[in-house]
Amino acid sequence: MSTLEIKDLHVSIETEQGTKEILKGVSLTIRTGETHAIMGPNGSGKSTLASTIAGHPRYNVTSGSITLDGEDVLAMSVDERARAGVFLAMQYPVEVPGVTMTNFLRTAKTAIDGEAPALRTWTKDVKAAMQQLRIDADFAQRNVNEGFSGGEKKRVEILQLELFKPKFAVLDETDSGLDVDALKVVSEGVNRAHATGNMGTLLITHYTRILRYIKPDFVHVFVDGQVVEEGGPELADRLEEEGYDRYAKGAGAASVAAASAAQA
Amino acid sequence: MTEITTEKARIGAPSAQPYIDGFTEEGENLSPLNTGTSPTTAEQAPPSGPLAGASAKSHSHGGGVGVPDSSRAGRLTSYKLADFKPLTGLEEDWRFTPLKRLRGLHSEALSGTAPSVSVTAPEGVVVETVGREDKRIGLAAIPEDRVSANAWEHFTEATVITVKAEQQLDGEVSVVLTGTSVEAAAQHIVIVAERFSKARIVLDHQGTATLSENVEILVEDGAELTVISLQEWNDDTVHASSQQAKLGRDSKFKHIVVSLGGDLVRLTPSTRFTAPGAEAEMFGLYFADAGQHLEQRLFVDHAVANCKSNVLYKGALQGRNAHTVWVGDVLIRKEAEGTDTYEANRNLVLTDGARADSVPNLEIETGLIEGAGHASATGRFDDEHLFYLMARGIPEDVARRLVVRGFLNEIIQQIKVPALEERLTEAVERELAASDN
Repeated sequence: MSTLEIKDLHVSIETEQGTKEILKGVSLTIRTGETHAIMGPNGSGKSTLASTIAGHPRYNVTSGSITLDGEDVLAMSVDERARAGVFLAMQYPVEVPGVTMTNFLRTAKTAIDGEAPALRTWTKDVKAAMQQLRIDADFAQRNVNEGFSGGEKKRVEILQLELFKPKFAVLDETDSGLDVDALKVVSEGVNRAHATGNMGTLLITHYTRILRYIKPDFVHVFVDGQVVEEGGPELADRLEEEGYDRYAKGAGAASVAAASAAQA
Repeated sequence: MTEITTEKARIGAPSAQPYIDGFTEEGENLSPLNTGTSPTTAEQAPPSGPLAGASAKSHSHGGGVGVPDSSRAGRLTSYKLADFKPLTGLEEDWRFTPLKRLRGLHSEALSGTAPSVSVTAPEGVVVETVGREDKRIGLAAIPEDRVSANAWEHFTEATVITVKAEQQLDGEVSVVLTGTSVEAAAQHIVIVAERFSKARIVLDHQGTATLSENVEILVEDGAELTVISLQEWNDDTVHASSQQAKLGRDSKFKHIVVSLGGDLVRLTPSTRFTAPGAEAEMFGLYFADAGQHLEQRLFVDHAVANCKSNVLYKGALQGRNAHTVWVGDVLIRKEAEGTDTYEANRNLVLTDGARADSVPNLEIETGLIEGAGHASATGRFDDEHLFYLMARGIPEDVARRLVVRGFLNEIIQQIKVPALEERLTEAVERELAASDN
């Protein structure tokens, strides 16, 4: 059993207009076996949270903490975080020139496990996982993400999730840009990884659609860099019907947040 | 939000610059400076055929009209230095080269001591040192630029390496050229692969030199020859090398360029088909560090029918003012029906401040061909790539090596001399390590 704990996280970025605070005090606790959905409108800071957990250099943590079983995640480099068991399925996976998928997957697996995977079983595992995600076998010989369609890139992210077996998976809008068939394939992959019982999941999404296939235990609504409402799966249903409008109404997001905090 | 900053230069797009003088979407135009000269065809050269380019041919008939400037076939060729005007840097084929750093290769008498030549060859290979009057000199090559002609004018002796007819070599012929002086010098090498022979020859350039070199390569009918030219010079070296191959009927020629060291290295490899059925592969690998200028301009002349060529050059760049140039000219003449050709250049820019110029030119004078293609792409390895790989647990130094090794390995594995492949892989790693400082 592992715990990923985010406490009062404040994050800012440098823009041409100066420093801009994006996360304004986010607290979340995810345990092994749990699936948390983070939902919110565009620009609410969902992806910033994902990238900050993974350690993207663009985001500056100004205060707060992220710990994994008590270990200070913020003190770790990007690769150390991955080796500690944090996996980020990216919203826009980049194409990496010159590196084949095969070579990349084996190198990453070796880095994460601290030893090279047994060649025979590894090749078999990769093949099987690719088949389940309906990824063509010839992708293995292509360069990482090079020339892959949007949907193919997302499937390859989930392929890595299944092969690397992280303690915590952060899925950053993995569902966006997918058609229904691809969405199902990807969701099945996440559910398979989750079913091992050794993983906690933070599912970041703009739409409720993916929640038909991946059942969250907790739903957190993000507005303007803060969690404004929290609840169980029923909250997602309500969002599906009502959208995010009610959070933005009236005196603005900050007071919405204050109100929700008062209720809690 | 992550930003993807991969840049890709596509066909016909002059990289890094929105507009370059003398440039059209279709390719380069020869500068007017190169016209109006009246080249004389040297006596040794046949009156027509590949050695005397179309311009020489037309001039030798007293015409002077010749082909349009835009054609690669119109390039002036001559054995005489005087036929080439002094360089200004505005010439089409010199516009990327910093002439100030040529150390007089284009303007001085090349009277310095040429690098020593040490040949290790399997039994049966004939290695000779001959004078200028040797009849084999000029059989396969004719200078196409002033620097090459300057070397032709000034070399005093040539090394001739002959692989005898039907001789099949097991090991490679190793030719180590070691430079010990910065005085501008001329060098001449002739490689002859006789009928149905099979050989692999490594030209291993080391040390310090200011050198203009002509390498003539004659691949006779049915012969199979690989020539690997390594430039692992010291940082203070300036090297220009014209490496011209003339291919006989049904011959197979593979040319591999690896340029890693030197202040300025400019290679101009060319392949001329003289009879049908021949195949040429031309590969190149270059890795430019801060301040280095590595240039390669190649020419594939499909002058006869039913020949094949395949060109792939890959380059990596890192550091301020690292500059690479790749210009690939492929000419399919009217007679060259049934030609099958492809050329590509890929560059990987590892840091800010580097510049890669890439110009693939394809001229097609007949429609009756199997295929013809050209491509160029220049990509950046940037922070987003690094983040992606590190987010999968891969440490930064491993990530960089992974990318560069993967990128360049495609060329290295063409060499097929295990010891050499290993040496070059290590050399590439050293180049990478240098960037960590």
